[in-house]
Amino acid sequence: MYAETMQVNNGVNVAALLGAREALVQTPEAARFTWRASCNWVNGTHSRATVEGYHGLGGEQQHKTRFTFDADHPEVFASEDNGPTPVEYVLVGLAGCLTAGIAAVAQNRQIQLHSVTASLEGDMDIQGILGMDSDVRNGFDDVRITFEIDADASRDEIEALVAQSQKRSAVYDILTNPTNVSVRVK
Amino acid sequence: MIGDLRRPRFCGARSVAVVVIGAGHAGLAMSRHLQRCAIDHVVLERGEIANAWRHERWDSLRLLTPNWQCRLPGFRYAGPDPDAFMTMPEVIDFLCAYATHVSAPVRTGTTVSSVRPAPGGYHVITDQGEWRCRAVVMASGAFNLPLVPALADAIPARINTLTPRAYRGPDQLEEGGVLVVGASATGLQLAQEIHRSGRPVTLAVGEHVRMPRLYRGLDIQWWMAAAGILDQRYDEVDDLERARRVPSPQLIGSPGRSTLDLNALTAEGVGLVGRVVGLRDGVLQFSGSLRAHCASADLKLGRLLDTIDEWARTTGRWESPGTADRLSPTRVAARPPLSLDLKAGAVRTILWATGYRPDYAWLHVPAFDRKGRLRHDGGVVAVPGLYVLGLPFLRRRKSSFIHGCGDDVRDLGDHLLNYLGGARRRPARGSPPRSEALEATATV
Repeated sequence: MYAETMQVNNGVNVAALLGAREALVQTPEAARFTWRASCNWVNGTHSRATVEGYHGLGGEQQHKTRFTFDADHPEVFASEDNGPTPVEYVLVGLAGCLTAGIAAVAQNRQIQLHSVTASLEGDMDIQGILGMDSDVRNGFDDVRITFEIDADASRDEIEALVAQSQKRSAVYDILTNPTNVSVRVK
Repeated sequence: MIGDLRRPRFCGARSVAVVVIGAGHAGLAMSRHLQRCAIDHVVLERGEIANAWRHERWDSLRLLTPNWQCRLPGFRYAGPDPDAFMTMPEVIDFLCAYATHVSAPVRTGTTVSSVRPAPGGYHVITDQGEWRCRAVVMASGAFNLPLVPALADAIPARINTLTPRAYRGPDQLEEGGVLVVGASATGLQLAQEIHRSGRPVTLAVGEHVRMPRLYRGLDIQWWMAAAGILDQRYDEVDDLERARRVPSPQLIGSPGRSTLDLNALTAEGVGLVGRVVGLRDGVLQFSGSLRAHCASADLKLGRLLDTIDEWARTTGRWESPGTADRLSPTRVAARPPLSLDLKAGAVRTILWATGYRPDYAWLHVPAFDRKGRLRHDGGVVAVPGLYVLGLPFLRRRKSSFIHGCGDDVRDLGDHLLNYLGGARRRPARGSPPRSEALEATATV
């Protein structure tokens, strides 16, 4: 039968991921990763960040390409708008993380995806960052994501994909739970 | 005939083929099995029979499983109310009656302080003398020591903290607000009881398992047993480690057979917050993942009931299953609080309903993994002649329940018998206990 020979392919190598998980059981220290970025001030509120190397699987690793990211603020902040605002990068990170998770979980559950579209919103009261009201926090006070997913699966199965993706998402965890952050001057 | 199983005496240690540690339901069931196989053994119990049920549980607790499900090998509930749930005194009576029924050679008031390998088996040291044995069965339970998060140590001293092991009832708590941490069966039951005592409760909720008490008029345990879910084996699940860590379902055994879920608690005024994830300057921090955890639990409940419906449909239990019995989605506030200032005084007490772990401090064998967990294959520990019973999903989903230990005892008992090389002595199934075994145990 044609239907029986169709392979689910979301472009995720689940076998490799599960193999890595199996291997890391024996060498849990190799599971320690350190991610890095560097950043240079350009002018005004414009900065340019670079991502290239990282540490993991017991050694130094390199991305295939050196990635650069311009961050700035829009003109309503009297800036030049040379790039997204840093908080928008946070939304981008969350979207990328959850979407990758959905693809991987779908592959593992043999669910063919046709399209996955996420819309994200983060609410913020800028009285916080402007120092106008100490009761207002600087960051997001609410983040919302809506997924539209076309897949060969029931609505419950799709909701379960999204739930599992949140459960295993690094950026979701970073946003919902506190993290120790140290900032120092060299 | 028992003598050839014994090791030579020395150093004043008594000899026996098998030492069973713990006289709860699992240890007693194993004792019965060993007696029927004529294996010389002793059951060492630190306190009394059913000790944890007597001394380490709260006053209002009832079993989560209905009376009809309270069965042990050769013994079952035969009272007038099969759908009710046993109180703690009733559980204690049930287990004491079982101990008498099986004539278990229990030595109460005997605390094991060390088990270590010795030539030909194990050397067991207790506060009532020493034993040499060929095999050890650990039936001391999975719920010995309360697990609390590391940050519990840094809670300001003005806040009272306790665990369910020390909790008996709400009157022992100071007046004022209570933060109950953990939303499994224990956390939900205690949150309700404490809130009803006039102490406003906030409940910190992480991953949890939602479950209705009744589904289509029958106890959820009936459905799970009938559909084969409770019999699911440890070697049949995808991720056993995860299956063994699944929190206990949100159930309560109450006379009204009521469902206790987060919606029931919020309707009574209990406030929900996310998992406790941090403590900074006397302010507790909660995860922003409450909604995700609730949505996930709702989905999992849906799948469980779908499985049950599918079983009912394919077995002709009913023609067209509807969804009328489904619980409504868990209600979560639009913006649940992300922090709680412990200096503000609204919360006077924190109750850590964050689980238990087994206590193996006395077990000196190379059978622990890097996280200190006992390595075993369905109860057969990674060192020969050592067995464990009664842990969550040990061999089956039902393994940690009273009714779940019978099949495990049979499987592990057979393994143990082979290990002792005593398979040829095994009497036919169903034959009465052999008197030699009773005499032997009486004379050691």
